[in-house]
Amino acid sequence: MTEARTGGLVHSPPVDRSAVLEALGTVRDPELDEPLPDLGFVSSLEVDGDTVRVHLRLPTYFCAPNFAYLMVADADTAVRAVPGVHQAEVYLDDHFTSEEINDGVAQRRGFQQSFDGLADDELDELRTLFRRKALINRQQRLVKALLDAGATTGELGRLRLGDLSPSAELDTYLQRRAELGLDTGPEAPLVVDTDGNPIPPELLEGHLRFASLTRVSIEGNASFCRGMLATRYDLPTPTVAAD
Amino acid sequence: MYEKDGERYFVVDGHMHFWDASEENTKNKYGEGFIRCFYDYHKNLSPEDYVWPLEKYRKYDEPTLMKDLFEDGYVDVAIFQPTYLTDFYHKGFNTTVQDAVLKEKYPDKFVLNTSFEPRLGEAGLVQFEEKVRKYGSKGVKLYTAEWHDASKGWKLTDPWALRHLEKCQELGVTNIHIHKGPTIWPLNRDSFDLADVDDAASTFPELNFIVEHVGLPRLEDMCWIGTQEPNVYGGLAVAMPFIHTRPAYFGQVVGELLYWLGEDRLLFASDYALWHPKWLVEKFVDYQYPMENEYPEITTNVKKKILGLNAAKLYDLKVPEGVSAGDEGTGQDVTEKPAVPVEASIGGHSE
Repeated sequence: MTEARTGGLVHSPPVDRSAVLEALGTVRDPELDEPLPDLGFVSSLEVDGDTVRVHLRLPTYFCAPNFAYLMVADADTAVRAVPGVHQAEVYLDDHFTSEEINDGVAQRRGFQQSFDGLADDELDELRTLFRRKALINRQQRLVKALLDAGATTGELGRLRLGDLSPSAELDTYLQRRAELGLDTGPEAPLVVDTDGNPIPPELLEGHLRFASLTRVSIEGNASFCRGMLATRYDLPTPTVAAD
Repeated sequence: MYEKDGERYFVVDGHMHFWDASEENTKNKYGEGFIRCFYDYHKNLSPEDYVWPLEKYRKYDEPTLMKDLFEDGYVDVAIFQPTYLTDFYHKGFNTTVQDAVLKEKYPDKFVLNTSFEPRLGEAGLVQFEEKVRKYGSKGVKLYTAEWHDASKGWKLTDPWALRHLEKCQELGVTNIHIHKGPTIWPLNRDSFDLADVDDAASTFPELNFIVEHVGLPRLEDMCWIGTQEPNVYGGLAVAMPFIHTRPAYFGQVVGELLYWLGEDRLLFASDYALWHPKWLVEKFVDYQYPMENEYPEITTNVKKKILGLNAAKLYDLKVPEGVSAGDEGTGQDVTEKPAVPVEASIGGHSE
């Protein structure tokens, strides 16, 4: 009843900066399937009492506004959920729709209303589409590691989630499955299509081949975006991972 | 013509520009943002020696273009792909009219493609036909992200787009180059989605659909559609320069395309002035996968086809003797592959 009370106001516990960063780490670029801080998209974070201000930036002025909106809205939601945060201000800088997105998210208007007349729905379908791609990408990473360790295609088809040793990569895959409402239990097959169905043996090779292509695509895009961000903001050239 | 180790390569630059993004021609913040975004592409992926100052990049002159492409850059024939962007630039960014000046002066050096605007409806058809008759174009460049009045983008499956494609067929404009970009409307969909190309290619089997930038950032959709439709081609503009900064990724992209589409449906392009053809041609001819892989080999013959022979076929260009690839290749038809579950075409289901 002493320090917490000043001038009759009850102070919230101080906001932990690292908790905010951690929260931002749960927000992904839906297209690139990686957390915003890892991509360099968080340009500044300011904790001012119980207010948190975050500035986001993207690799180009013309990055797709739908994905941009999702990232700003998701960052806003994540920051607000951090204990002690009373007010969150998330801004997207240097984008051709910065104004519409920043106002729309701040006023919680939803996507369609933020872009009055330019969208005919919310972004749920788009998000699901990219969660499906992300699922295949993450599945491929696990599968590739198993193949490199000597597993055969036939063996992969019979593996269950419970057969895999714990790893961060497996956790990420399980998270992607959970987001799509797919079975994450130990008895569920490892290799599934985007609806969670096991792949028939005669289609397994084709499925894995296409999964590999999907991974090339997503990782290539992510790496290119990192490079473009570095050029745009004069940042040190990112080291090229997995290349 | 490029020559190396006793081999000669006929070079067709499948996608280049003569643009004007000078400050005087730039209409608004969108035009300013557009050229700066282009400049970052240029700076990010070019070897240091080839990076231009921004002022030169905004507007370059005819002697610069002629020297870069035909004297230094080994290009035999270059294909103009107009990009109008009249909502961003007063006189347009790179219109058929601007390109026609050079085509008239050097008729053997250039192929002049034109464009159509489906949102003009009936008037668009008339204008398009006039342009084709005037310039003799055999191809169109379609930039579906282009703004027009209230519309912030369109699809090949829109009713008026279909009417224009019928007109292409009627006029013998057989090469349809499609460039996907971040359209604004409807914003809630993926604007890079290639599903409309898939539909149009099925509807018009006699037309060739060349997906520019090989569908990047949707390489997986590009390859999926390529396996379904024998009349879908990949234009390598924007993919080419990765050969310098990220040679392994370049190998993955080309390797996947060779696997899914085959060697007869890929076209070299510099996207000049985004990148200079000289270093792209040199590095491509020298290229070998820098990593272990299971992709088809990129042989000298494959390189000859990609650098020029495939485009020469599409545009009936005369290829000098002694530069043929010496085989008939895999052809347009899709070669036998392990069956891919239909659900794999994840992007194809977004419509």
